[in-house]
Amino acid sequence: MLEIKNLKASIEDKEILHGLSLQVRPGEVHAIMGPNGSGKSTLARVLAGSDDYEVTGGEITLDGEDIIDLEPDERAQRGIFMAFQYPVEIPGVSNTYFLRTALNSVRKARGEEELSGGDFLKLAREKAKLVDLDPDLMKRSLNVGFSGGEKKRNEIFQMAVLDPRIAILDETDSGLDIDALRVVADGVNKLRNEDRMIIVVTHYQRLLNYIIPDHVHVLVGGQIAKSGDKSLAEELEATGYTELEREVRNAATANT
Amino acid sequence: MSPKTNTHHTLPEEMHMSTTAETIERLQKQQYKYGWVTDIEQDTLPPGLNEDVIRFISKKKNEPEWMLDWRLKAYRHWLTMKEPKWPKVHYPPIDYQAVSYYSSPKSDEDRPKSLDDIDPKIRETYEKLGIPLNEQLALAGVAVDAVFDSVSVGTTFKEKLSELGIIFCAISEAIQDHPELVKKYIGSVVPTTDNYFAALNSAVFSDGSFVYIPKGVRCPMELSTYFRINAMNTGQFERTLIVAEEGSQVSYLEGCTAPMRDENQLHAAVVELVALDNANIKYSTVQNWYPGDENGKGGIYNFVTKRGIAHTNSKISWTQVETGSAITWKYPSVILKGDNAIGEFYSVAVTNNYQQADTGTKMVHIGKNTRSNIVSKGISAGRSNNSYRGLVQMMKGAANGRNYTQCDSMLVGNECGAHTFPYIDVRNSTAQVEHEATTTKIGEDQIFYCQQRGISEEDAVSMIVNGFCKEVLAELPMEFAVEAQKLLAISLEGSVG
Ligand SMILES: Nc1ncnc2c1ncn2[C@@H]1O[C@H](COP(=O)(O)OP(=O)(O)O)[C@@H](O)[C@H]1O
Ligand SMILES: [Mg+2]
Repeated sequence: MLEIKNLKASIEDKEILHGLSLQVRPGEVHAIMGPNGSGKSTLARVLAGSDDYEVTGGEITLDGEDIIDLEPDERAQRGIFMAFQYPVEIPGVSNTYFLRTALNSVRKARGEEELSGGDFLKLAREKAKLVDLDPDLMKRSLNVGFSGGEKKRNEIFQMAVLDPRIAILDETDSGLDIDALRVVADGVNKLRNEDRMIIVVTHYQRLLNYIIPDHVHVLVGGQIAKSGDKSLAEELEATGYTELEREVRNAATANT
Repeated sequence: MSPKTNTHHTLPEEMHMSTTAETIERLQKQQYKYGWVTDIEQDTLPPGLNEDVIRFISKKKNEPEWMLDWRLKAYRHWLTMKEPKWPKVHYPPIDYQAVSYYSSPKSDEDRPKSLDDIDPKIRETYEKLGIPLNEQLALAGVAVDAVFDSVSVGTTFKEKLSELGIIFCAISEAIQDHPELVKKYIGSVVPTTDNYFAALNSAVFSDGSFVYIPKGVRCPMELSTYFRINAMNTGQFERTLIVAEEGSQVSYLEGCTAPMRDENQLHAAVVELVALDNANIKYSTVQNWYPGDENGKGGIYNFVTKRGIAHTNSKISWTQVETGSAITWKYPSVILKGDNAIGEFYSVAVTNNYQQADTGTKMVHIGKNTRSNIVSKGISAGRSNNSYRGLVQMMKGAANGRNYTQCDSMLVGNECGAHTFPYIDVRNSTAQVEHEATTTKIGEDQIFYCQQRGISEEDAVSMIVNGFCKEVLAELPMEFAVEAQKLLAISLEGSVG
């Protein structure tokens, strides 16, 4: 189980998350929605351990273990995966080589045997089918010259290979046309299981038509303004975020 | 537009892979792992330079009169010259009288007659460096000439090569055994008057390798020289001469290391390549001289002149991986004299801490349809400075000459510098010169991305840097590509985070 309690995080001395709490149980899919700039990516990156942010208060535990002091690679080795809103490019490093290095680093850290080239390729080919990834992309340099959609597919492909305990998908739907969106959502759905936790971060409700969440949270101004089930997402689709934003602002002025 | 050598290969992923794990282990051990001193008795000339020192060296080597005269002429010219000040490197003035110009292992008093006669301590040194001076244990397909301070201590596979008429020996031996060849070619590519360090080298060079490939012969193995500086306060001034006769082919590799010492040591080498019609010479360097410590103390001053002359339809290809030395001043060049000749320069230069590198190439196009290709990858970390300096010259007769230059710099951290100084001089209107340059910063977002997938920070840097240098590493002979990958990782230890 992932437990976030009263989490406060800043970037460059500016507090972005102002005491956020969230619990994700094995098997659950949570959606985090919210307007631009509300702190969704901040939450995702803080969970992944980016050192751009300073955690100034609160707790994050994964299956009871406090992970706040762990390096990003140590968190990954414990099964935390984040699909990036903007996946990075690494020229000269092939997609396959990158992913095999990642998988074997994780396996090694867990005391498991490293996969040979052949076994890895077999696994990768099988998982690539899940998101209909063009096999040519496996040989190319990581994300270099990939289209926006290809990059997002590649993120989910990596998730499939790394088989994480918890996956945080940051705006995986942005930049995808409707067909690609379906393929990617399908892939994610196939990766749902009773042990895995998934946090889907999105600005739009659209993706949630395909990945049906168990819980929906709306993040406004670095705090969870409202939580509910999937119907909350549909509501928001109709009303937009403006109303909620106003409420949060009013509450803030009332407090001061 | 981008001529490739026939030995081009891609690095197998497998190899890449084991590199990562081993790298970490090595990183934990020590930064510069070649820094020990071999404890043997050495004959070292007291510091100082004058004509008597040159006579002493020449006599030690049993040289004929003409060789001594050649040295003395170079010395007298050197006295009239000034150290170049144009490179973007800074160092306190070098006291040339404080350097010892000759040092040899005592046991070498009578040069070993065969490999079996090599002093066990020296043999051990090379074994520790991964270079067994024993033909049974040798790397498959590599013949080695081992140079220890001022002398060559042994050359493997000499007999086997001589069956094909190939000469591979110490240059001091060649001066005695093949004087007509040496006399004809030495100084023909890099004249004694060429530059300050070349003149100094011509006066005092003590050893180095000589290679001669007869007409039409394709050398069946990699030839390599391994340079080791051991003695204190000693300069190393080696001289290498490679002559490839018409239609012949050879691939040559040099490696170098030195002990960690607090004072700076001088290394001024000259390499001359002669590729006659239709010949092909590939020259690769993995330079790992001691770079100094993390505060910039100690390290080798590496002032090197390397040049090749390419005759009709011939090809000369330089590949270098420069990770060591406190200062690197080096411009392997090709004079494209004959029509259709090809010159290539592939370079990776890494600087960390307080290292300074000013390196690049010169491609001088004289013949028609000559082509050159330059790929330079500079990586700077710490407080280091890394400069690419290159000259592409299309002379009047270089009709349809082509050059393509790609010059990429990568910065690791905020305190280092990368600089590019391309000089272009075109005197023929049908010639074309293309230059592309990029500078990237190793992204914290790239490292975070790798770490998020489970890869450690050190491994991430090594992977990103190796990816950046891929095109150049692919030009190295396979065995050395692996070594070079590891070196890159080690050189950049502690440069992030
Ligand atoms: N490097 C930075 N320096 C200062 N503020 C930043 C920086 N990066 C992000 N922010 C701010 O943090 C807030 C939350 O951003 P983000 O988490 O990316 O929002 P979302 O993903 O919900 O659009 C925004 O107000 C943004 O401007
Ligand atoms: Mg975002």
